[in-house]
Amino acid sequence: MKRDQVLGKVLGPAAPELTCEECFEELDRYVELVLAGEPAEERIPGMAPHLQGCPACADDFRSLRDLVGREGIDSIR
Amino acid sequence: MQTPADTAAAPEDESSRLWLERLTDSGPRRDAAVAELHDLLLKAARFEIGRRRATLPHLRGGDHEDLAQQSADDALMAVLRKLDQFRGESRFTTWAYKFALLEAAVKVRRRAWQGREIPVEAEAWAALADAGEPAVRGAEDAELFRVLREEIERLTPRQREVLVAVALNGVPIDVLAERLGSSRGALYKNLHDARRSLRDRLARRGFRIDGDGEEER
Repeated sequence: MKRDQVLGKVLGPAAPELTCEECFEELDRYVELVLAGEPAEERIPGMAPHLQGCPACADDFRSLRDLVGREGIDSIR
Repeated sequence: MQTPADTAAAPEDESSRLWLERLTDSGPRRDAAVAELHDLLLKAARFEIGRRRATLPHLRGGDHEDLAQQSADDALMAVLRKLDQFRGESRFTTWAYKFALLEAAVKVRRRAWQGREIPVEAEAWAALADAGEPAVRGAEDAELFRVLREEIERLTPRQREVLVAVALNGVPIDVLAERLGSSRGALYKNLHDARRSLRDRLARRGFRIDGDGEEER
């Protein structure tokens, strides 16, 4: 691993972040905001830092985004 | 019998309203909605298992479908149990999908690590040593990584265990949680506290690291 990768993984995000439980609670809303091009991080503060620091939740985010995105962004309110 | 009015908030879109109405109805109308929901969750579980297929090279085709079915069954129970927690802030289907994706992802990660040992700490120190190799990064980085390793040694045993396994050795947090008899949330709290502690201790020793892990001196 490169230096910055190691530091990033060990030290995690500096900004305040949601917990895993809060992340799961907000995940569906966050994904729809992202797919609709809305300012998702402004609406759900702490989500982006958590996804940066938690590989499992980041995986869940990518899966839901890709599954819902595949169905078409037009179907998102 | 629960009614849509019992839920925390009425969804804005017609499709979600209809899902709630049917799932909280009774008789054949509800049965049909539950069957339809199961199909939807199965689709999501198959999607998740399909994208993780490479992590399960030893499984046969039928095993993937079994995992998808189990994930859909478990997700269906979770969705029906938590129906009154749907706040209507996303489409119902997006909300429901996340349960199927979570069930499938956790099952795949656990299956992929079945019978595998959690990597020992020594392997992680090699990554730290490589990243701080003086010939590659210079003396200041070598000092930073030496101090970082020292401070990792001073964490509580649980914090160090979680940090090394998840952050340095790439062990999925669900897998570690299962081995330790804990939960993803509890272990992430350990990881979060360890990271805060390391940032504070590095700062006290004169190393200032910005949000992306870049050192500012």
